[in-house]
Formats: sequence, structure tokens, C-alpha cells
Amino acid sequence: MDINEIVKPENKVYSRPKLLTDETMHYCPGCSHGVVHKLIAEVVEELGLEDKTVGIAPVGCAVFAYRYVDVDWIEAAHGRAPAIATAVKRLRPDLMVFTYQGDGDLAAIGTCESIHAANRGENIAIIFINNGIYGMTGGQMAPTTLEGMKTSTTPYGRRVDLNGFPLKISNIFAELDGTCYVTRQAVHNPACVRKTKNAIKKAFLNSMKGLGTSVVEVVSTCASGWKMSPADANKWMVENMFVKYPLGDIKNTTEE
Amino acid sequence: MSKIQGAVVVDEERCKGCDLCVVACPADVLALQPNEVNNRGYHYAYMLNADACIGCASCAIVCPDGCIEVYRKVER
Repeated sequence: MDINEIVKPENKVYSRPKLLTDETMHYCPGCSHGVVHKLIAEVVEELGLEDKTVGIAPVGCAVFAYRYVDVDWIEAAHGRAPAIATAVKRLRPDLMVFTYQGDGDLAAIGTCESIHAANRGENIAIIFINNGIYGMTGGQMAPTTLEGMKTSTTPYGRRVDLNGFPLKISNIFAELDGTCYVTRQAVHNPACVRKTKNAIKKAFLNSMKGLGTSVVEVVSTCASGWKMSPADANKWMVENMFVKYPLGDIKNTTEE
Repeated sequence: MSKIQGAVVVDEERCKGCDLCVVACPADVLALQPNEVNNRGYHYAYMLNADACIGCASCAIVCPDGCIEVYRKVER
């Protein structure tokens, strides 16, 4: 069959969501941020929340998220996204409010804000991108960096006696009474991307229903920071990151 | 017997040649251009083995830059 016979509007099964702007993303090739941005755009579109969504952008690679997803955004100071999200959600409870944060933003600089927002049970969704590194600033060690993992500030690998243990912050969230849904997902293959999309959808619905704080951790790659090709980075993530950060729901009180 | 024939259209200028779609494709349809590059200097993805495409959209789902459109036609 000729390709021109297949490529017709009535045969289309997949295209980029309309909420994603035409601007080319500044992310490195193979960056997981792009996939998660796409999923957020798809979920907001499917739930029909285009005019009722406010995203809080972090400091980190995703600082320009407002350029790519066509919803309302507020840019927070480093790590303070949950505090701003609290304010927005309390002033406008009818809005769907989510924060989009990396591991340096949420687990290091913003630990105080994120833990206390979750402990208060603010009705926000937290999208947490965990790639175990400070990607934007040049690949320094983050709290989530694995033991023995080489970064620009731990060139011989992270040493537990010197740098401490990797922080599983989602498990801390799950211990708090304010959270209703804590899950850990990944976006390295089509099946995981679909699961992550369902998790994001559930988190956004929880925000609208006012059930408490939802946390969706996405274990991600940083091909540039890890100094690998995107395909190798995905393989390395499956072999090493998933051992420390196993996928699956950690807490779900929204379903009986 | 009905036959499913798929096709993908890659936005060549948007593609960054990350190779993730090539890895995700279950039918080994896609490949990166060995010599050609786009305006940004990346070896973009293209359909090497177009007849094998089943239109499953796996490539488009994992594409971080959203540059793949998928079409599928069922031939009866």
C-alpha cells in the first residue's frame, strides 16, 4: 500500500496533544521531561480542564515548562512550588493545581515546603521527576543520587559515609496522613508511559475532588548528566535506579 | 483476512535523533538517518522498513518531543 493512502486524517491514531505548543523543547535528546509534559497536556485535555488548570513550575530544567504546555503557570522560587500551590488552591478551590518538580527542587531545597504541604493535606498534585542528579546545573550530586553513582561533585561515586544515603522521599510522603495517593512510575517504554498517564490522571482528579495531596514520582533519565546515550540511560535506569526506587503504588487511600 | 498497515510521519525538524522510538518499535520499522541531518544537526528518525509498520503508536508514545504522528488503515 502506498504511504499516501494511509496518511489521511481519517486514519490518524496518534498525534501530539493540542495543548502542547509548537515551540521546540530545549531539553536534551531523549529527556524524560518531554514525555511527562506530553502526558500532562494529554490528561488536561482529556479531563477538559484547559481553563481550570494552574501549574507551578520549579527551578531546574523544567523551569521553562510554561513555554510548552498551554495552561496557566506560575514560576516559583527554588523548591517553593508547593507553598505557591497551597496559596493558589486555597484562594481558588475550584482550580486544579499541580506542581512540577525535579529531585533537586523537591527533595533537597524544597524538602520543607513539600513535606509540610503534604502533611497539611493540601489538595494539590505533585509531579516529581527523579533522575538522581542536578541535571540543569551540570550533573551535581542530589539527595536521590544512588550509592556509588558518579556525578560531577562525586567523581569517584557517592560515598555513604561522606554523602549519606539516597533519599526515598516518596516513601516519606506515604507515611504522612495528608497524602491520599503516592505512586512511583517511569516513562522508558510504552507500557510504563500509559501507567504514568493513568497515575497523573488520578492525581489530577484527586486534586479536583479535594481528597488530599497526590504525589506522582516519575523515575527518569538524564542522558547528558549521566553521560550516556538516551537508550543506554534507559537501560541503566532499569538496572540500577529501579533497584532503589521500585515502581508501583506506595499509598492509595482513594479506592476501597 | 484483513491486514493492518500503519505509517508514521516524523516531524524532521523537531526530531532530536534520541533513538528512543527506534528502540520502542516492536516491528523494527524505524531507524535514524545514517547520513542526512536536519537544520539542528540531528540524525532524524525515518521509516526504514515502511511495510512492516502496524501503526501501534509505541514510537509516538515514547517520543519526548512529540514529533511523530501515527496513521493506521485496515485493509479488508
